Amino acid sequence: MTRGRILVDSLARAVTLQADGKLQLDNGNPLLDEPRWLAPVSGTVYGVALNHRSLVEALSAAFEDAPYKTAPKTPVLFIKTGNTQIGHGTAIPFPAGVERIQAGGALGVVIGKRTRKVALAEALDYVEGYTVVNEVSLPEDSFYRPAVKAKCRDGFCPIGPWVVDAKQIAPAALEIRTYVNDELCETSSTADLVRGVAQLIAELSQFMTLEAGDLIIAGTPLRSADLKPGDVVAVEIDGIGRLENPVVLETVIAEELAQ
Amino acid sequence: MKHARIRYQGDIHNVTVNDDHSVTLPTGEVLAEQQVEWLPPVHGTVFALAINYADHAAELSFKAPTEPLAFLKSPSTLTGHNAVSVRPDNVDYMHYECELVVIIGKTAKNVKREQAMDYVAGYTVCNDYAVRDFLENYYRPNLRVKNRDTLTPIGPYWVDKEDVADPHNLTLRTWVNGELRQEGNTRDLVFDIPALIEYLSGFMTLSPGDMIATGTPEGLSDVKPGDEVVVEVEGVGRLVNRIVSEAEYEASLTQ
Repeated sequence: MTRGRILVDSLARAVTLQADGKLQLDNGNPLLDEPRWLAPVSGTVYGVALNHRSLVEALSAAFEDAPYKTAPKTPVLFIKTGNTQIGHGTAIPFPAGVERIQAGGALGVVIGKRTRKVALAEALDYVEGYTVVNEVSLPEDSFYRPAVKAKCRDGFCPIGPWVVDAKQIAPAALEIRTYVNDELCETSSTADLVRGVAQLIAELSQFMTLEAGDLIIAGTPLRSADLKPGDVVAVEIDGIGRLENPVVLETVIAEELAQ
Repeated sequence: MKHARIRYQGDIHNVTVNDDHSVTLPTGEVLAEQQVEWLPPVHGTVFALAINYADHAAELSFKAPTEPLAFLKSPSTLTGHNAVSVRPDNVDYMHYECELVVIIGKTAKNVKREQAMDYVAGYTVCNDYAVRDFLENYYRPNLRVKNRDTLTPIGPYWVDKEDVADPHNLTLRTWVNGELRQEGNTRDLVFDIPALIEYLSGFMTLSPGDMIATGTPEGLSDVKPGDEVVVEVEGVGRLVNRIVSEAEYEASLTQ
């Protein structure tokens, strides 16, 4: 089953995608209007930094120098807070006073049940499904200190449009394509993750419990897609979906909300 | 007023806390402190500050930062009052951190320090344990150090802002098995509460229930299974916690 969340009369409602491509509301009725998508998850969103070979290879020399001194030994994690999470179609605010922001196309892994100290061989049993994530960030110029200021700005984590059931997806070699204004800017593959989906779940769950509805962003590549106000950015993964969001100056969004 | 979330006979209740630490349920029923399971008192994003007391920065051989050094926690790490925290096997140094926690009361974006206290709902206490063996120089301190299951006790309750006359003159103390190990005062915060709200709301929207753990003063030391650790912020609360081994904790889960 492919499921999502939309906003109807200011309320979050569940929708499912039917075999005929139409959306059905949680009360069984077909959806007539154009949906306003919400992020399809409501738990904690964990990101894994330095988990794509293209990025790690670009930085491998720097890892030997201060302040890092040695390459990372365990998954480097961060959290995309609730204010960052938006649905398909919602505008990504381009912050005032910031020069550059970049797209971060990635696979999103949605946890289906409480996951604690699971073995590698069982780890995928705990996945409900997969979604598309655009882990937007200021340029990643340092990995020394937690990147709250770079990664936790409002609307910096589009997720969706929906979650596709895990049974329909083999996560080991999915191509992820990022488009800016329909021009292909970046292609990466989950085959190039330093730690794959099962390994991430197994390692994270050794020290922190994952809950149903939590999401793991499996890793972004060396970023190449800069975003500007007026752009439309899309991240696409075959078999899962296409997550598209316009980029709008933060001040313009604030003015629209005030009206 | 003191507000808590507790579990009693399988149900979760929002309660008020009386001076003797008994709690009053919405039905009016009164329960003693030891009769209830104390839960983290607030839901929201948890920010924590590293190196936000000058004396603690010196203790860690750091210069105090020029910009707040904030990191994030997930709900998975939080536990309540009178709960246990797990010391991992085969580590050399796990320490407590007594901290004043600020609770945000209304949506905050681009708030200036002059207005910042208007956005505070109240305060609570946390013990922001760290396992230093797991420190690496990437997004330091990372979740493996600071976001482990059971390693952020918070509570027992939160108090209204109006009940704390000056949040920048509160003594923080930690006792291990009754021995005073850590003492400091919030007057020594490098970045005070208005500065932290101005800083964070300057680049992201804060929401009601979001929490800012403001950092810890000097006086850290190792804790071992069996230790009782009490962190107290004067006029806010006293949070009790016990350290257990992995084996003891795993056994308690299967009971």
